[in-house]
Amino acid sequence: MSSSANEAAARASAVSEMGRTIPTDAEVPHSEGVRWGMVVDLDRCTGCQACVVACQAENNIALNEEQRVLERRAKTWIRIERYWEGEFPNAKARFIPVLCQHCGNAPCETVCPVWATYHNREGLNVQVYNRCIGTRFCANGCPYSVRYFNFWNPEWPEPMNNQLNPDVTVRTKGIIEKCTFCVQRINRAHVTAGTEGREIRPGEVQPACAQSCPTSALVFADLNNPESYPAQLAEAEADRSYTLLEHFGTDPGVIYLKKVDPHAEIHEDEHAHAGAHA
Amino acid sequence: MQEPVVADTKTSNRELLDFVFAWPAWFFAVGGALNGLLVAAFVVVILMLMFGLQFLGYSHPVYWGFLIVNFVFWIGVSHAGIMVSAILRLTQAEWRRPVTRAAEVLTIFSLLTAVQFPLIHSGRPWRTMYWTFPYDWNRGAWPNPRSPLVWDPSAIFTYLTSTILFVYVALLPDLALARDRAPNPVSRAIYGVLAMGFRGTTRQWRIQTVAGLLLSAIILPIFVSVHSIVSWDFAVTSVPGWHNTIFAPYFVIGAVHSGVSAVVTVMIVMRYAFGLKRFITRDHIDSLARLLIVVATVWLFFFLLDFFFGLYGTEPAEVDTWQRRLVEPPWVVIAITFIICAYIIPVPMWMFRAIRRNFFWMFVTTILVNVGMWLERYMVVVPALERKSGLTFTYGDYAPSLSEFILVAASFALVILGFLTFSKLLPIMPAADIKEGQILADRIRVGRANVPAAMRE
Repeated sequence: MSSSANEAAARASAVSEMGRTIPTDAEVPHSEGVRWGMVVDLDRCTGCQACVVACQAENNIALNEEQRVLERRAKTWIRIERYWEGEFPNAKARFIPVLCQHCGNAPCETVCPVWATYHNREGLNVQVYNRCIGTRFCANGCPYSVRYFNFWNPEWPEPMNNQLNPDVTVRTKGIIEKCTFCVQRINRAHVTAGTEGREIRPGEVQPACAQSCPTSALVFADLNNPESYPAQLAEAEADRSYTLLEHFGTDPGVIYLKKVDPHAEIHEDEHAHAGAHA
Repeated sequence: MQEPVVADTKTSNRELLDFVFAWPAWFFAVGGALNGLLVAAFVVVILMLMFGLQFLGYSHPVYWGFLIVNFVFWIGVSHAGIMVSAILRLTQAEWRRPVTRAAEVLTIFSLLTAVQFPLIHSGRPWRTMYWTFPYDWNRGAWPNPRSPLVWDPSAIFTYLTSTILFVYVALLPDLALARDRAPNPVSRAIYGVLAMGFRGTTRQWRIQTVAGLLLSAIILPIFVSVHSIVSWDFAVTSVPGWHNTIFAPYFVIGAVHSGVSAVVTVMIVMRYAFGLKRFITRDHIDSLARLLIVVATVWLFFFLLDFFFGLYGTEPAEVDTWQRRLVEPPWVVIAITFIICAYIIPVPMWMFRAIRRNFFWMFVTTILVNVGMWLERYMVVVPALERKSGLTFTYGDYAPSLSEFILVAASFALVILGFLTFSKLLPIMPAADIKEGQILADRIRVGRANVPAAMRE
């Protein structure tokens, strides 16, 4: 199923004979029928923000200084949204980690005029930084608001520049960036699996957020593979599962699990404000 | 309304071409001031190119603001030209004659200004070539035809090209006139080349007339498509408050409202600045004001439809957006100002003949309409983004920065400067058209009244 390195090389040379220097998406090593996805168990999430920090470190995200946060220009590919439930003193904090949902029917992909964002063969919503011209239409179209714009070139003071991940591009000013499901790790796993002549094993790839989650609230896998733990989890916990803002019809690749408290009071106005389907 | 005889051919020729060959001092003063504003905007754009868009008021999740509002506004104003020129020409409204050229030129310069804004507003303007033109052959990557941002340039550039053609065809006899009357050999040569050998033979007049009529008819669908497509920039997304089927006709009629108002403003300024009191009369302003009453009312109807569709849908997010627009500060102030400026003050005033025929009040009310229509676009674009979806955690506010105010002011300067430069170099009044009207003009007796009329072949 997976293209071997030889096959890929043969295809690449065939393509270069046709005068094209850059392999198309179909020629890049990939596995057929994979849909990478994530299951987020909100009943396990403690809102510790370890995933946010891990993502920041893994993906060379610019430093979110206080000023950036205050002007709402901080970039967090995964963010913990905190909602209060009930009135003090019976208030409860509820946490939702929100990252790019890698929608199967993504509103951002149709509106990009230059194909800077598109769907790849493994169900990822991919952002091509080189291609992006920064119209920010995708960020407007995204109902989850998980796309972030680079208002300036990122800078890392000494010695923080030494911790930059060499596998990940540093994004320049004027373009949109967002969660990639740590595509660099997926690609590396493809190379490893390809040289060993096998498929990527379930659990072999993990994005930084899932890896760092202390309560395993985030689990990552191929949702199309019935063997994978998250796929089984999502099926077994069907009564707890939902997708975010389901009424937009975006077919998200991130599935949330949350036990609905039958005793919770839902006020009509709160219901409307919190998003009827969230 | 028919045109009375105001001047013989000789006087018309002299007075209509007067400004082209004159160099009044105020031209340099106004031009200098406008250029100053443009320099300020140029500095802002250079800073944006060098250091990114951090000088603008955008933040997460409001990524569109003043600049897009301004883009929509100028595209709207550009709808004046064809509305006034093509439709009135096809319906044989005699009073259109002095108005047409100014309206078309306003179209050209507001379009040229409008297209600057998506460009400087994008994150990397120097790479936008493959946005508009399918050139990336090496990668086999083309513009994405599903995106309204690809439809936009197609529609706008088609409209721009056809408008320039339209103006040029109408301009030919006047260029020939300017050639024959040019004070020195250099300008004589330039006008001569531009006039493309127009000598006023019967065949040339026939071709020129037929081309004008054909272009009028062909431009009309483009005219409707342009602002429809601009509205789809918003309507095809799933953002509550943008996602409305009514947007296309609502935007088009709003564009006509602000465009025709802008034409009235320009006509009144031209009357005094270029000394055209004989040719731009109370009758013209009166007719445009009557047209405006209809347009404004249809526009209000579509605005209310947009509102009621939102309410009757009872989609919580949509209702929230309308609440944000109409009830919550600071938007409530903008909403009230906009509806007062765009409808409540002007339209009842236009009901009175005395106001319609008063240059001062028509100037004030049409300026008010455009203030209101600018705010209307602001109200359509921004509040929807501030409250985009059910995830309340991401709600954010937008406040424009000084840079954006400078860029918006400079866009007005650019349009005025373009218009002024055009009227300085080329005949802004369609002399041939006006003279034709004068020749066709006649007076007939209707009962006891003696009224102006037009002869037709």
